[in-house]
Amino acid sequence: MTAGTPSTVPVLQVSGLAYAYPDGHQALYGVDLSLARGERVSLLGPNGAGKTTLVLHLNGILEAGEGSVEVSGVRVTKQTIADVRRQVGLVFQDPDDQLFMPKVADDVAFGLANMGIKGSELTDRVQHALEQVGMAEFADRPPHHLSYGQRRRVAVATVLAMEPEILVLDEPSSNLDPASRRELADIVLSLDITVLMVTHDLPYALELCPRSVVLSDGAIVADGATGDILADEDLMRAHRLELPFGFDPRAIPHPA
Amino acid sequence: MGAGHGHRLHYHGHSVVHRAPAQCKIIALVLFVLAVVATPRTEYWAYGVDAVALAVVIAVSQVPPLYIAKRMVVEIPFVVFAVLLPFIAVGERTQFLGMTVSQHGLEAGLSLLCKITLGVIAALLLASTTEPRDIIAGLEGKLPRQIVQIMAMMVRYLDVTSDQLRRMRIARESRGFVASDPRHWPVLAQSAGAFFVRSYERGERVHLAMLSRGYTGSLPGLTTTEAVPRHWAGAMLLPALAAAAASSAWWLR
Repeated sequence: MTAGTPSTVPVLQVSGLAYAYPDGHQALYGVDLSLARGERVSLLGPNGAGKTTLVLHLNGILEAGEGSVEVSGVRVTKQTIADVRRQVGLVFQDPDDQLFMPKVADDVAFGLANMGIKGSELTDRVQHALEQVGMAEFADRPPHHLSYGQRRRVAVATVLAMEPEILVLDEPSSNLDPASRRELADIVLSLDITVLMVTHDLPYALELCPRSVVLSDGAIVADGATGDILADEDLMRAHRLELPFGFDPRAIPHPA
Repeated sequence: MGAGHGHRLHYHGHSVVHRAPAQCKIIALVLFVLAVVATPRTEYWAYGVDAVALAVVIAVSQVPPLYIAKRMVVEIPFVVFAVLLPFIAVGERTQFLGMTVSQHGLEAGLSLLCKITLGVIAALLLASTTEPRDIIAGLEGKLPRQIVQIMAMMVRYLDVTSDQLRRMRIARESRGFVASDPRHWPVLAQSAGAFFVRSYERGERVHLAMLSRGYTGSLPGLTTTEAVPRHWAGAMLLPALAAAAASSAWWLR
């Protein structure tokens, strides 16, 4: 915990957030969500529940129709957006959407350069971020020559370099082979940072996130310990959540 | 399915020519082509000097000559035009290989052929010894920034989108579809439409990802190899020789 920051201020506070797309489709109906510093929380829900819409509000890409989003006590508005985007690091599902520069190092430097960081501090932070995800030796490679798992790790580094308060991961385990999936889990566990992880991979949520939130039809329908939520068969069935065959969350000891 | 490795033009190597900074090579190419174009048209020995100089650089680069020769097919439309010139041009007639052709057209055709061939070989040499991303980084400061940025994006996403196009084609063919006659064109048009929409949507997602990292409309510079005077001196050897050949050809004419 950073000295001087009162522990009572949540790092993320979403209150009464409602949003309708311009075509009239209402995606969120009054979402309330609060994340304390250092928490790892998974955001679960079926396809079309509004998870991505919610995530895009967290750094002001979408503007709240009603309600508010506060990051470390600062409300997300047009005036605060630059600072909010530094504090909320969004890692998109498809690394090809995130990595667009000719070299891995350029891509990691992109967010930093937008923050006005230059020179040796820039190269140091790029190097450090790549080390955090174990990709330092790939700095000069073009992203499209890397494997999918490596690209996902670089995508995480592009955001880590900006030293955000919250890391938001959209489907981090999708399309990864089991080894890459585990490597990414190790990276996430090694970070001292607040994490919000959108996922359909329920065992992954149980492994990484002590707390889970279920979003269904644009509203939060459950918020609690991941193990309890996954073990609640009625809740799971009502919101189209299914565990992999043979997976029993009760048989697994709660992660630390 | 990962993205394909390597590029069809680039020939992997570690020669002096490969290692030279891209900006030096680009400037050298432009100057060389200018010198070749400025060579008086009937002084064929000057083209010979240029060709020998180019051959030496190719030898140093260790790119197999056959590799470059195969990629010279891009020249064909121009060759056709050069071959046609003696027949369609007017003016004084002359005998060439037993045919009566235009003297003026023959000279123009031959010099066009020489100039194009030298230019194409030099351009191919640049492409085979320089990664596309380095060419773009090398263009920075020489072209407007926006254009360099668009080109950088294009190189980055060419692989992604062509891979997508390939997957869509494989998926079509797996369902027994092979485009062979115009009745199949509507299907291809549908595919092209879907491909356009997907690429457009990807563009939007890329933009969102950029905004999320604080993008405000200007891209930071690309990392380039620093060019020192030694690099420039080396790169200028070829264009200097070509310029010397061209100017002495004018002098001796």
